[in-house]
Amino acid sequence: MRRIRISLIFKYLILTAWSLVVLFPLWTLVVNSFKPQREIFRDPFGFPKNFTLAGYQAAWKTGRFDIYFINSLIVTIVSLSLILLVGSMAAYALAKWRSRLTTFLYLFFIAGLMIPIRLGTIDLIRLIKTLNLQDSIWSLVPIYIAMGMPIATFVLTAFIKELPGEMFDAAKVDGASEWQIFITIVAPLMRPALATVAIFNMIKIWNDFWFPLVLIRSEESRTVALGVSLLFGQYRTDWTRALAVLSLAAVPLLILYMLLAREFIKGLTAGAVKG
Amino acid sequence: MTQTISPSRPKAAFLSSQVRSKITWVFFLLPALVIYITFMAGPLFDSLRLSFYTGEGYTPTKFVGLSNYIDLFTNPLWRSHFFGAVKHTFIFFFIHMLVQNSLGLLFANLLSSEFRGRDVFRTIIFAPATLSVLVTGFLWTLILNPQWGAVNKILIAMNLKSLALPWLGRENLALPIISLTSVWQWVGMPTVLFMAGLMGISEELLEAARMDGASEWIIFWRIKIPLLKPVLGIVAILTFVDNFNAFDVIYAMAGAKGEPAYSTDLLATFFYRTGIAGEHPVGIPNMGMGAAIATMTFMILLVGVSIWLYFSRRNDAGDE
Repeated sequence: MRRIRISLIFKYLILTAWSLVVLFPLWTLVVNSFKPQREIFRDPFGFPKNFTLAGYQAAWKTGRFDIYFINSLIVTIVSLSLILLVGSMAAYALAKWRSRLTTFLYLFFIAGLMIPIRLGTIDLIRLIKTLNLQDSIWSLVPIYIAMGMPIATFVLTAFIKELPGEMFDAAKVDGASEWQIFITIVAPLMRPALATVAIFNMIKIWNDFWFPLVLIRSEESRTVALGVSLLFGQYRTDWTRALAVLSLAAVPLLILYMLLAREFIKGLTAGAVKG
Repeated sequence: MTQTISPSRPKAAFLSSQVRSKITWVFFLLPALVIYITFMAGPLFDSLRLSFYTGEGYTPTKFVGLSNYIDLFTNPLWRSHFFGAVKHTFIFFFIHMLVQNSLGLLFANLLSSEFRGRDVFRTIIFAPATLSVLVTGFLWTLILNPQWGAVNKILIAMNLKSLALPWLGRENLALPIISLTSVWQWVGMPTVLFMAGLMGISEELLEAARMDGASEWIIFWRIKIPLLKPVLGIVAILTFVDNFNAFDVIYAMAGAKGEPAYSTDLLATFFYRTGIAGEHPVGIPNMGMGAAIATMTFMILLVGVSIWLYFSRRNDAGDE
């Protein structure tokens, strides 16, 4: 019994220590964004004594965070919806059409899990220019959809394959077409798997910095990640503003995460565990 | 038997329905395939082709064969940066492999049995994974800043003044520190993966071992680790693929040039400077050379993944 007691104390000690390592930077981030510069340096860990919103006001006005948020929202929502639609259609065919072609195509899609799309960036820049989409948020959407295909087909195909086959046979005997089966039977059942794919891609897309950095310049087309990097560069000496900008980027997703932690963890680790 | 009565009809209907179903399936696959090929597979392969060309701006038109690669490996202008970037990328990866995955295994082992507060700890450990890498990088840059020195203030308060260093300013310190920042962010991934693996091990098996007098230490090494082999493999390959292309954290903490003095320059930052942003002072991207760097990264990834596939196949076969 005593051995168990001691091991439990060790367990709490280690986990609490790491939790402090995680929470301490987040705490300093948020709490200091409400302090004037001098107080940040004098007392970096306490509650703000001279509470100020100046950093947020500056970020919102001079930085046009309103635009960045809307852009990021549009890009994320449109890309996500299309990943789910296009990905689940493909997954249905990959799972239910028995032919050598689908075996090959499945591997072709899955290969994308191992090869980062960024390596094709140079050619993508040329392609986006040819399509006349440069410096527009719409240049990001097709790239993100392509980026989401490997994980979507991987997770959704595995999920559809595990659905009981009698269900499909029964529907076919009743004369339902593949489209009817897909829409009325498969799509509603797929919801948990779709949520997993959605969360995985949502985080990747919302946080992506590489493609906005490479494809977007003008203020109207910036996403949150790109806006943060440019503003952070400008505000390097004004810590209140710099911390406010970082808080604005970090806190919404952190709050969403606290509300849906289980789903987030399942979604983000989807690449490793089937279904 | 019906064939003798109307020989042609059922067969024709059968064929056409089969063809029709094929067309339906193609429609299901087509949108995904078109987007995936146009925006991912196509550009990847075309990058390979571009690496044999040279020329300024966005249209490298002059075919130069292997000359980009020869420059990359032998020309002193490129060679030191290229091999430096390869070396740093491997160091970055190994630090994740060692520190992140060992910590993940430790946390998962602590979290795998039921106790009060388990979900809270798991939620906290995983939380940084939802942050943007860029935000993590900027945040830690501020915290490690010697002027403000939130970290250094704590070290001084703990009477460890000699450890209060300019963390990101020293060539031999910057890369390990940046890697550890990234470990801070991603340690939740191996933690939850190992947790899932550990919770799949039957409690009776562990109980039986305890009855036989095995210590937790023995149980961990002799029972849990062997049973975790498949998860260990998955974690290893994820760590490799994810970190071999890291860019954001270096860009945020050390800039596109991998300061100080290129000591944190990874393949991805080297690729960005050369092929996309253009190196100072010329400022004109060398897309052919950029494509060659991307292709080399691709090759290293391919070799790594092949080795992994070989060993995980052999393990599977051994288990059967």
